Amino acid sequence: MNGVAYNFAYLDEQTKRMIRRAILKAIAIPGYQVPFAAREMPMPYGWGTGGVQVTAAIIGPNDRLKVIDQGADDTTNAVSIRAFFRKVTNVAVTTHTGDATIIQTRHRIPEQPLAAGQILVYQVPIPEPLRFLEPRETETRVMHGLEDYGLMHVKLYEDIAHHGRIATAYAYPVKVADRYVMDPSPIPKFDNPKMHMSPALQLFGAGREKRIYAVPPYTEVKSLDFEDHPFEIQTFDQPCALCGARNVYLDEVILDDRGGRMFVCSDTDGCDSRRPTTNDQPEARS
Amino acid sequence: MTDAPILEVRDLAKAYGARIGCVDISFDLWAGEVLAVVGESGSGKTTLLSCLSTRLAADRGSVVYAMRDGSRRDLSTMREAERRFLMRTDWGFVHQNPADGLRMGVSAGANVGERLMAVGDRHYGHIRGTALDWLDRVEIDADRIDDRPRAFSGGMRQRLQIARNLVTSPRLVFMDEPTGGLDVSVQARLLDLMRGLVRDLGLSVIIVTHDLAVARLLSHRIMVMKEGRVIEHGLTDRVLDDPREPYTQLLVSSIPQA
Ligand SMILES: Nc1ncnc2c1ncn2[C@@H]1O[C@H](COP(=O)(O)OP(=O)(O)O)[C@@H](O)[C@H]1O
Ligand SMILES: [Mg+2]
Ligand SMILES: [Zn+2]
Repeated sequence: MNGVAYNFAYLDEQTKRMIRRAILKAIAIPGYQVPFAAREMPMPYGWGTGGVQVTAAIIGPNDRLKVIDQGADDTTNAVSIRAFFRKVTNVAVTTHTGDATIIQTRHRIPEQPLAAGQILVYQVPIPEPLRFLEPRETETRVMHGLEDYGLMHVKLYEDIAHHGRIATAYAYPVKVADRYVMDPSPIPKFDNPKMHMSPALQLFGAGREKRIYAVPPYTEVKSLDFEDHPFEIQTFDQPCALCGARNVYLDEVILDDRGGRMFVCSDTDGCDSRRPTTNDQPEARS
Repeated sequence: MTDAPILEVRDLAKAYGARIGCVDISFDLWAGEVLAVVGESGSGKTTLLSCLSTRLAADRGSVVYAMRDGSRRDLSTMREAERRFLMRTDWGFVHQNPADGLRMGVSAGANVGERLMAVGDRHYGHIRGTALDWLDRVEIDADRIDDRPRAFSGGMRQRLQIARNLVTSPRLVFMDEPTGGLDVSVQARLLDLMRGLVRDLGLSVIIVTHDLAVARLLSHRIMVMKEGRVIEHGLTDRVLDDPREPYTQLLVSSIPQA
């Protein structure tokens, strides 16, 4: 891209206005999927071009951007998207959750509670929560329109019938503001409660499927369940092997080929902040 | 409640372009009554059933339904949400091909439980208990509850479809050739089961069939259709034992006598 003049944040102003209109509509109707004319971005769809376009439409010169993938700031996807925005906006970037004004994410919500004024932008692969049981788009649109959501519970019923419990662990469906059923993107259900009444604005972008949806600040987000099989988050038997934190989401790290493994925070920023120095710790992430 | 019909049909008509689907259809259905619609293939039976059940919009005429609360509603003026709610609570629809009426990708229990969940049941144990109860009533073994209907025989699928429809205690059930495509012995068992359920539950039923033996066994009244019109209409025994129209006489003479 060197030597070529790009508009701030890559997209032209007209496209940004179009995306912002979609975002405003999404905020006005929490959980409702707003179609938008998604653009080609200079990266593969698998990288989360929907989230990238949302960020490009809302970012300003004074923003501080954090990008995470699976909770980590240093994975290829996160590094590439951060580099992209550095190049096309020159805004400040950070790995610290508390310092960021915009956090673009794939697969996690940071452990540190978000604050008013922050915006969390999710990269969404499949926005339609009803699709797996009702592939027809015309029909799912009517179902959303009529709040006809019995099928979501059919899916949960099947889970319990076959596994003895609700086995869905990622992309666990939620109802937003007691109206629209929404796919929270493939975050672990561990993160679902963080969406509820969050002071931050949550925006969701699906590039391939050209949909934007939103959860405005302080909005009710309820995970679907049964009275006798209530929603539960994942729990971990042991604390993080690096920082000792409990009640955080842990990833399993394979240490060697003899079965050695340990569980460490998936949120690298949170983990690092709890460790006084990183020098005397085993090097788990290279 | 018995002083007015559950369904009042007046001057109903539906055409497919220049081709008549059904025309000039008027009749009343009373609570607890089983009406058989018979006629050759292409005579308009399915078209009529589709219009009555609002799966298809009629070109003309009215269908008035007596709601549970006693009010009488012209079905064509109902909002989509109301119509859907009616279809999955107060009505049932049994398709000839069970795959059209079942969710083949989910278990038998989920198939029976779906209507309950659609109307807000959020207790897994209750949904499962009710599903077990209904599987038993349609003679499907309890240990098949977690199997998908793909693994079921044709007769079992049809019984599952019936359970799935009856779980919300509907008052009116539409059936389109429910025994078609089944072996004769399987048909007999299904008919027996249906007759018992209709009687025990006091259902009102409109059943489309080209099989007069089915009509004889299940129905109180028969409407004979030909080329989209009702050409004869009366009590089942009268129509079958003393058919007035030559066309009906032909139909009746073509069934083997018991
Ligand atoms: N979708 C359709 N498009 C065009 N013609 C149709 C359609 N469905 C039915 N018909 C025609 O309407 C007439 C009645 O058909 P149908 O209601 O299916 O009769 P039956 O159920 O008694 O066999 C037939 O002439 C049939 O060819
Ligand atoms: Mg037919
Ligand atoms: Zn840690």
